[in-house]
Amino acid sequence: MLAYLLRRLGYLIFVVWGVSFAAFFIAQVVPGDPIAAALGSNARDAQIEAYRIKTGLDKPVWVQYSRYLNRLVKGDLGNSLRTRRAIAADLRDFFPATLELTLAAMVFAILFGLPTGLLAALYKDTVIDVGVRSLALIGGATPIYWLAILLISIFHTKLGWLPGPGRLDAFLIPPPEVTNMMSIDTLIAKDFEAFIDSIRHLILPAIVLGAFSTALLARMVRNTMIEVLAQDYIRTARAKGISERWVIVKHALRNGALPILTVLGNLLGSLLTGAVLTETIFSWPGIGSYATSSAISLDFPAVMGVTLVAGLTYAGINLFVDILYAFFDPRISYA
Amino acid sequence: MNDLQKRNLRRFLKNPGSLLGSIIALIIILLALFAPLIAGDPLAQNLSERLQAPNPNHFLGTDQLGRDVFSRVLQGARISLRLGLIVVSLSLFVGSLVGLTAGILGGLWDDLLMRITDIFLAFPALILAMAISAALGPNLNNVMIAVAAVSWPSYARLLRAQVLALKHVEFVDAARSLGATQTRIALRHLLPNSVTPLMVQASFDIGSAILTAAGLSFIGFGAQPPIPEWGAMVSETRNFINEAPWASSSPAIAILLTVLAFNLLGDGIRDVLDPRSSQR
Repeated sequence: MLAYLLRRLGYLIFVVWGVSFAAFFIAQVVPGDPIAAALGSNARDAQIEAYRIKTGLDKPVWVQYSRYLNRLVKGDLGNSLRTRRAIAADLRDFFPATLELTLAAMVFAILFGLPTGLLAALYKDTVIDVGVRSLALIGGATPIYWLAILLISIFHTKLGWLPGPGRLDAFLIPPPEVTNMMSIDTLIAKDFEAFIDSIRHLILPAIVLGAFSTALLARMVRNTMIEVLAQDYIRTARAKGISERWVIVKHALRNGALPILTVLGNLLGSLLTGAVLTETIFSWPGIGSYATSSAISLDFPAVMGVTLVAGLTYAGINLFVDILYAFFDPRISYA
Repeated sequence: MNDLQKRNLRRFLKNPGSLLGSIIALIIILLALFAPLIAGDPLAQNLSERLQAPNPNHFLGTDQLGRDVFSRVLQGARISLRLGLIVVSLSLFVGSLVGLTAGILGGLWDDLLMRITDIFLAFPALILAMAISAALGPNLNNVMIAVAAVSWPSYARLLRAQVLALKHVEFVDAARSLGATQTRIALRHLLPNSVTPLMVQASFDIGSAILTAAGLSFIGFGAQPPIPEWGAMVSETRNFINEAPWASSSPAIAILLTVLAFNLLGDGIRDVLDPRSSQR
């Protein structure tokens, strides 16, 4: 088990190194001009030269790479050309908003994807099953930005039930920053009015971000449960006269839990790194919208920083899920 | 067509999902092919007719510049289908090359190529595509490169697994003992026998490439206005969703139907080839 863990950890380090290497060289070969992007097109030659020396852009590529790697090991991602702040500090500020939104989207996906998938499996080939499958197919094909503007138009503009883009009503005083997650910070500040408002602000973006995952999860849960329900031990349990509810909860769900857990882990990873469109539409200050603004202004150090953190998060979550697997499934040995 | 193929085709068409997918895909392809004959000028503006609801003259209404939405959606079908095909061909080519090489050469090459594939899989796809397209300049061609850059790894993995499974099957051993070269074995024996799983993956990928590219265009990293690309159209008309929902919803529904059709096709082909999954 320990050897397996070490091997996986080494593998994680390799992938993160690879992502950093690739990100660095992609930023090198692209024709966009970061200096013009940072200084504007009216900068004088002397200014440009001074800037090149200050940022190390005058050195050969391999020197730049070794400097970059050196800083990276110390957790320094360099400075953003756009915000002129340390990228690591930027990401610390932006990441919690993404985490908050992702967790809300996961809650939505689990709340709707799990029971509907289960229902479809239990009532296989009935109207319920066909309905769930059709919805899942449509959910998997819907462009989420359209879903976003449609939901904003209906629930915010027309009905006025929910707030539009942003995290908190402009008339409310934001709580002191502790976790940078609005809903948690308002709770810590014991400002319940702001807490309710922050939750209301979360609903639409969470539905939009979670829609695809809900569809995927429902499909996955359905297929897993159908497979599990066809197993011999389920038939045995039923033959013993155990109530159907007990069979499902105790025997079927338990055995279907692992593949479902894997999907949830993968979803968490892809949501954390895939909130770009949702965050942009809802003016949500997370790393997705940070990446978008950075890419627009050709701020490649910042884009590299986001890429790296996202890659690390993704690989880390996958590792975590694999380890959980090893703990929970006695059939798998990692000797 | 031999008996097996006939039986597979019958099974494919008996499945309501794949039948529906085929019909939608066929209609979209036909509309795209004959768009210049059916549709008007997608760029022609007529400000006196702006934001008109669907009517006999403008089947899907008009947008904020008085352009005919129906003509634009049809032209968009040409753009999106072409994009989906090119992206999938590019990824298929690169991915197959990497996967075949890794599977056949094995050893150190296999390790190296597969680790590179892993690194690309760990990249956040949309952020990478966004960065590439921002750097190369936002236009349709660069979007294709960007989306292909994030979608080839799945083909590399798939084909490598196929090669490893087929490498020591009798007919490959036979070819080898007859003196066939590695390249000949790869191209004449291994690749043709891996076509079916690649087809399933490609069908899903056409849909997801169209979806990703439209997403990139929506946030401004892809096709630029006034090009009638579906994602760019949704973006251009998003501020008019309350007064003229048809203008942004028509291209969005076109995306939805196209992606749905190719996903259904992928499901259908997989069910035919893997009878176990169709029992579900």
